[in-house]
Amino acid sequence: MSKPKREPVKLVPVPSVNIIPERDVDKTPILEVSHLGIDFGGLTAVDDFNMAIGRTEIAGLIGPNGAGKTTVFNLLTKVYHPTRGTIMLDGRDTGGMNTIQVNKMGIARTFQNIRLFKDLTVLDNVLIGLHNEMDYHLGGAILRFPAYWKAERIAKQRALELLSIFDMQDMAGNLAGSLPYGAQRRLEIVRALGTNPALLLLDEPAAGMNPSETSELMENIQKIRDTFQIAIMLIEHDMNLVMGICEGICVLNYGKVIAKGTAEEIQDNPKVIEAYLGKKKEEN
Amino acid sequence: MNMSLIISQLINGLQSGSVYALIALGYSMVYGIIMLLNFAHGDIIMVGAYVAWLAMVNFALNPILAIILAIAACVLLGVVIEKVAYTPLRSSPRISLLITAIGVSFLLQNLAQLVFGAGSQRVPAMISGPSLTIAGQYVSFTAMITIVISVVSMLLLTLLVQKSKMGKAMRAVSEDMGAAQLMGISVNRTISFTFAVGSALAGIGSVLYCCAYPQASPTMGSMLGIKAFIAAVLGGIGSIPGAMIGGFCIGLAEAIISAVGLSVWKDGVVFAILIIVLVFKPTGILGKTMTEKV
Amino acid sequence: MSINKKIIPMPLRYIINAVLFGAFLYIMNHIISSGIISKYYSGVISLIGIYIILAVSLNVATGYLGQLPLGHAGFMVIGAYTSAIIMKSVAAGSTGVAFPFALLAGGILAGVFGLIIGIPALRLRGDYLAILTLGFGEIIRVILLNIDNVLGFTLTNGAAGLQKIPKTTTFLITFICVGITIFAIHTLMKSRHGRAILSIRENEIAAEACGINTTYYKTLGFVVSAFFAGIAGGLFAGYIGILSPSDFGFMKSIEILVMVVLGGMGSMIGSVLSATVLTALPELLRSFERYRMVVYSLILVIVMIFKPSGLFGTYDFSLNSLLDKLILLFKGKRKNGQKNNEIKEGAEK
Repeated sequence: MSKPKREPVKLVPVPSVNIIPERDVDKTPILEVSHLGIDFGGLTAVDDFNMAIGRTEIAGLIGPNGAGKTTVFNLLTKVYHPTRGTIMLDGRDTGGMNTIQVNKMGIARTFQNIRLFKDLTVLDNVLIGLHNEMDYHLGGAILRFPAYWKAERIAKQRALELLSIFDMQDMAGNLAGSLPYGAQRRLEIVRALGTNPALLLLDEPAAGMNPSETSELMENIQKIRDTFQIAIMLIEHDMNLVMGICEGICVLNYGKVIAKGTAEEIQDNPKVIEAYLGKKKEEN
Repeated sequence: MNMSLIISQLINGLQSGSVYALIALGYSMVYGIIMLLNFAHGDIIMVGAYVAWLAMVNFALNPILAIILAIAACVLLGVVIEKVAYTPLRSSPRISLLITAIGVSFLLQNLAQLVFGAGSQRVPAMISGPSLTIAGQYVSFTAMITIVISVVSMLLLTLLVQKSKMGKAMRAVSEDMGAAQLMGISVNRTISFTFAVGSALAGIGSVLYCCAYPQASPTMGSMLGIKAFIAAVLGGIGSIPGAMIGGFCIGLAEAIISAVGLSVWKDGVVFAILIIVLVFKPTGILGKTMTEKV
Repeated sequence: MSINKKIIPMPLRYIINAVLFGAFLYIMNHIISSGIISKYYSGVISLIGIYIILAVSLNVATGYLGQLPLGHAGFMVIGAYTSAIIMKSVAAGSTGVAFPFALLAGGILAGVFGLIIGIPALRLRGDYLAILTLGFGEIIRVILLNIDNVLGFTLTNGAAGLQKIPKTTTFLITFICVGITIFAIHTLMKSRHGRAILSIRENEIAAEACGINTTYYKTLGFVVSAFFAGIAGGLFAGYIGILSPSDFGFMKSIEILVMVVLGGMGSMIGSVLSATVLTALPELLRSFERYRMVVYSLILVIVMIFKPSGLFGTYDFSLNSLLDKLILLFKGKRKNGQKNNEIKEGAEK
């Protein structure tokens, strides 16, 4: 596969990056995206997308359906390769990397349409997330070297710890596909955390959850940020969740950023209101 | 090697290529609509050949009637297989559907072996006519009729898919089964129709194949089917002109290999073509890419 | 459901299995060598062992990896020819010593071919992979038939095939290979590498998002599958004594596939049992032979329509888990009130 051609980055200051929280100010942002764009055939799905996320920031990516939000996630995780622009993770360019390499560098994600390993147990799902955290080799696995036992024991403990964030450790032996919808979404988050990310991308984590589940999720997202000290970027349609926990919000419409800022700034932005509710008919 | 030998080999290649193309269309249409490599398609051809043989030898019917019976049997069989074996599995994983298709293929082969014996049966000539001499080159009547019929079938099929209401339904179902259903298209009927058309083409292919190689045997369909599938892949699965181009390419490649005296490697080379196509251009010559939505 | 019910501690679990398997080998070997069962039936038992290896190895690619290779007989024939050619060239006195090495060589060469075919094949989606591996099996057959003309000396002996291969396959060596195969595949699958293979079957995109190198693990699954098929091929050569390319066509690949599908794709015990039954049945019921392939093809269709998960689904039998349950049941009857505590104690071990 050839390396995707990227246009040279223009040496202009990126207009209004996301708000970086006070505690992250002096460090390189964990993620810096500049002039990111992708075309599918003739259609430009995302264009000139700029964003920066602090190391312990919770950022929201919102916009009407079809605005290109999931495409941004797919670009960040290299499911699609960008046509233009650069993605810097922790100061390193991810150009030319694939999904696996980007994951090893520290980006983990969940999926809008849940993609669990349905016929495997909850524990196995998390252990697969922990795959690269274990290091015993193939021969060691087949011949059951001590390294195998040690790594497996530690990984299992770690998996149960991670599950306990959402109080799911008692479901560890159940099949992932048999879990209720909300629990499946939570399990995807746990699995993603298993890969030891620096940046966690959540694609509609609250979809299909009831209000009490959602408020619990909000607490847990903040808890995850605080315990793991990681950055979280989420796509969500539930405005209570977005406005409630996101420190910086980015609004996307037709593949372009139309507004950025804090919850208050976004709520009053006429462009955002227009994108969601449509243009007010001019009188006369 | 003289010129006339080369040309006669090329004509042979075009003749078998036409048969491959007709069969390839069946694979291509079924694959396009339910994403299934219909392994049993080749064996439908085998059944067609046996029906023609039965009709002419055991019932002493006239060739035209035998041809009609053979094609009708293929259509019926194709639709029955779809209804009995594939419909219950429409929502199952693809691998289950594929295994079922392999099972059906083997069932047909082994039933034929049980009923008609493992040996081959001679199918009397169904089509005969004067051979032609074009620019000093002898061209057999069957070769000519085979090429003409396959080109005409292909054109008719293109018309059917592009212009008719059923053709529109077929394109809709292959694009998005759920959405087509919501638009009031009967998915079941459309899929059955696709199988019927594909099997009818296989029936025609079967008759034309028997003109070139007048034998019916239980396993005749498997290699023929696989080569036709390779033709479909080479041309680009889901594309009608692609199937035709693919069929001719495979037919000509085989003829050339035989002409240079390497006929024992014929099957190997055809598979090598497949591997090369799949590795370097999996969508084939005229195919379109399909990606999974994330 | 709790995940930790292991009462018998881990090393002991392996020892129990090893001792029981050793006892099985010893007793069966004694029965066969003392002539209690006829030579014919002991041959059938060896053949069962060979098919167990074939089914269990195909199960790696089909059941665990979720792909559908149709060229398993191709890997088998590579192993068979390699082993046979080596065995024919060693001195008559040392065949017993050379056989394990010949088997290993056959397995390795089959594994190499698995790698060669796997790298391009595994980039493709399911049905393309099926047809490509089918093509591979046929190419191998064509090569075996014609390679002597290219090389200029006798290696595979064309359509006539290899004859007078030393019949070195015994019950003991076959079932030692069965034991090694089952152990290696079991331990592989119950490790991070095995889970990576399973994750590809379950959801490839999610597997990549978890940082799993899907290309590597697909190839690994494929190579492991081919390697053991090669070993089984070598055993088959030493069992049957004569080889010809036509015995290893597409039909053979399908026969093995039927065993995996009937037993349940992804179930080791399913593969073992259905390989046993489907190998023994035609040997014991000679009149069945005529209908064998018809029945096989019906099995494929009927199992897929009515019970796609096969007889055992993804269930895997564990003797020790059974013992665990029995112990729990026994203790539970004695001190019903303390049952929960017992489970907890077991979990802490």
